[in-house]
Amino acid sequence: MGMTIAEKIIARAAGVESVRPGDIHTVNLDRMMSNDGTTHLTVDMYYNKLKHPRIADTKKMVFIVDHNVPSDSAKTAGSQKKMRDFAREHGIDFWEGKGVCHQIMMEHYVCPGELIFGADSHTCTYGALGAFGTGVGCTDLLYGMVTGTSWVLVPETVKFNLTGRLPQGVYPRDLMLTIIGEIGANGVNYQVMEFGGDGAKTLSVNDRMVLCNLAVEAGAKTALFEADEIALAYLRSRGREPKAVFTSDPDAVYAREYTFDLSRIVPVAAKPDFVDAVVPASEVCGVPIDEAFLGSCNNGRIDELRVGAAILKGRKVAEHVRFLVVPASQEIYLQAMEEGLIQIFMESGAIVMNPNCSVCWGSCQGVIGENEVLISTGTRNFKGRAGHPSSKVYLGSAATVTASAIKGEICTADML
Amino acid sequence: MEQFTGRVWRLGDDIDTDIIIPTEYLALKTIEEMKQYGFLPLRPELAAQIRSGDMIVAGKNFGCGSSREQAPEVIKALGIRCVIAKSFARIFFRNAINNGLLLIEQPDLYDDVKEGDTITVHVNQAVDYRERQYPITSLPENLVEIIRAGGLVKAMRRRNGLA
Repeated sequence: MGMTIAEKIIARAAGVESVRPGDIHTVNLDRMMSNDGTTHLTVDMYYNKLKHPRIADTKKMVFIVDHNVPSDSAKTAGSQKKMRDFAREHGIDFWEGKGVCHQIMMEHYVCPGELIFGADSHTCTYGALGAFGTGVGCTDLLYGMVTGTSWVLVPETVKFNLTGRLPQGVYPRDLMLTIIGEIGANGVNYQVMEFGGDGAKTLSVNDRMVLCNLAVEAGAKTALFEADEIALAYLRSRGREPKAVFTSDPDAVYAREYTFDLSRIVPVAAKPDFVDAVVPASEVCGVPIDEAFLGSCNNGRIDELRVGAAILKGRKVAEHVRFLVVPASQEIYLQAMEEGLIQIFMESGAIVMNPNCSVCWGSCQGVIGENEVLISTGTRNFKGRAGHPSSKVYLGSAATVTASAIKGEICTADML
Repeated sequence: MEQFTGRVWRLGDDIDTDIIIPTEYLALKTIEEMKQYGFLPLRPELAAQIRSGDMIVAGKNFGCGSSREQAPEVIKALGIRCVIAKSFARIFFRNAINNGLLLIEQPDLYDDVKEGDTITVHVNQAVDYRERQYPITSLPENLVEIIRAGGLVKAMRRRNGLA
C-alpha cells in the first residue's frame, strides 16, 4: 500500500519501512523550536523535575523570543532572561527581536523531509517546504529536548486538490479562510492537510506558508506541500539542502479529498469569535473598527506589505483608527524599507512596529479595549484573544485590512 | 476497574485555549495564581464555583487554539477530575495527557446531560447518567501509562531513568 508525504516523513524519522494511520511510533526529531510563550516553563521543568538533566543534541534546538519583544513587563523580562541564560549556557541557537518564530525557522532552518516539533501551534507552517512541523506543549518539548525523540500517532491524510488561479485582488489568505469555513474548526482534527494539484503550482513558498500556517485552525496536525521546484529554488537561494524530498504514492490512501477552484475564491472575512465563521467580506462591510493589524506569522511577509502599501499610497489611515504594521522578520522589514513601503505606511499614518507577534497574541503591543473592534491578518479571532473579553476580532486579507484602516470601517479594496 | 462520580459543568463547542486561560494571565508565576481566571472570557464566575471532583462535559473540538500547556494545567488545578467531550483538539489532547489530566471522548452525553447533574465514569468502559450507559473507548496503552504515572515527566522518569 502506498504512503502519503506525511507517512513517509514519519517512517523515515521512525527508521521503519512503512507506517499506517493509527500506528504509534517513536521518532527521532530533526529539530525543535521553542519561543518565549512557554520556554521558561520548559527550563523550570528541566532544572526542577529532572534528576539528571541533559540535552540530547543542542544543534537540534532553536530558541526564539518573539511573543513579547521587547519585553513589556518585569515578569516577561524575567521569563525571557531565564530562556536567554539557558540558551547561552547550553549553546542553543538563540534569536531575539529578529522576527516571528515561524518566519525565522523558514528563513534559516526548515528543510524538506524533516520532522520538527515546535512549542507553538502554528508550527504547521513548515509544510510549505515539505517538512512535517507540528505544535506541541512545553512538556513534549522538554521530552524531545532531553531524549531527542518523541511518540507520534500516525495521522490520516486529507487531500486538497487546488485548481485554477486566484483572481486579481484575492489572496491565499482568502483561500485558506474559505477552506476553513467550509470544513470547520475541527474539520481535519488530528489529520494532515496535503495540498496539491495544478493550482498549487501557482503558489509561491510565501503563499504556501499562508495556507499551511492556518491548518491548525481546522484542527490539523500539520499541512504539507510537495517539495517541488518552487520549494527547492527557495531552499537553494538560502543555501540549504533538503533532508529528503518525498511525494505521495499514486496508491496512497486519503481519508477524504476536496477540490477547491482558486478562480472562484472571493475576498472573505472570519467573524468573531471563530476562525471558521467565514463569510464573503462584502457581508461585513460597514462594521466600524478601532484598530487594524497587518502582520503575524500568517500574513506579515513582503507580499502582504506590498499589497497594503499599494492600497495605502496617496491615502490616509482614518483618524480614529490605529493601523499597526508589523513585518514578520527584520529581513522583511529591511526589504520593505528598500522598496519604500515603510515610508508609505508611515506617511499615511500607520504605526510601524518591530517584528513580533504583536496583537495577534494579545498580551502586549496593540491590545484592544472594552467593546473595541479589530480587523486583523492575524491567526485567530477567539473571544478576548486580542484584549478585553468584550472586544471583537475580524480576520481578513492584507488588502481588506488595509482598505478598512483607510475607511474606518470594514470594506474591501475595490470599494475604496 | 477505576470509577468515580461527580458533578457536571456543561460547556459548548470549540472551547478554545484563550477561553480556558486568557493570554494576559499567562505572565503570572504559578498555575495556582492563574486558575482563578480559568474560563473568564466565557463564564467569569465559573472558576470560583468548581469544586474538586467536578467534571466538564463539552461539545466538539474542546481545547482548540494555542499550544499553551497552562490550559490543561489550569483545568487540573481547579480540581476537574476529567473532561468529557465530543472531540478534542490534538495539541490540547497531548498536553492534557502529558499533565495527567484524563480526557474522554463520548459523542452523545453532551447532548443529553444537564449542568449540575451527577455522572459516574467507569474508566475505559462507560459513563452512567440517568439510567443510561454511554460507552467510551479505551486509550492506547502508552497513553494510559503516561496518565497513570501522573504525566509525561514522571513517566519518563520510570521509562528512561532520566529523571
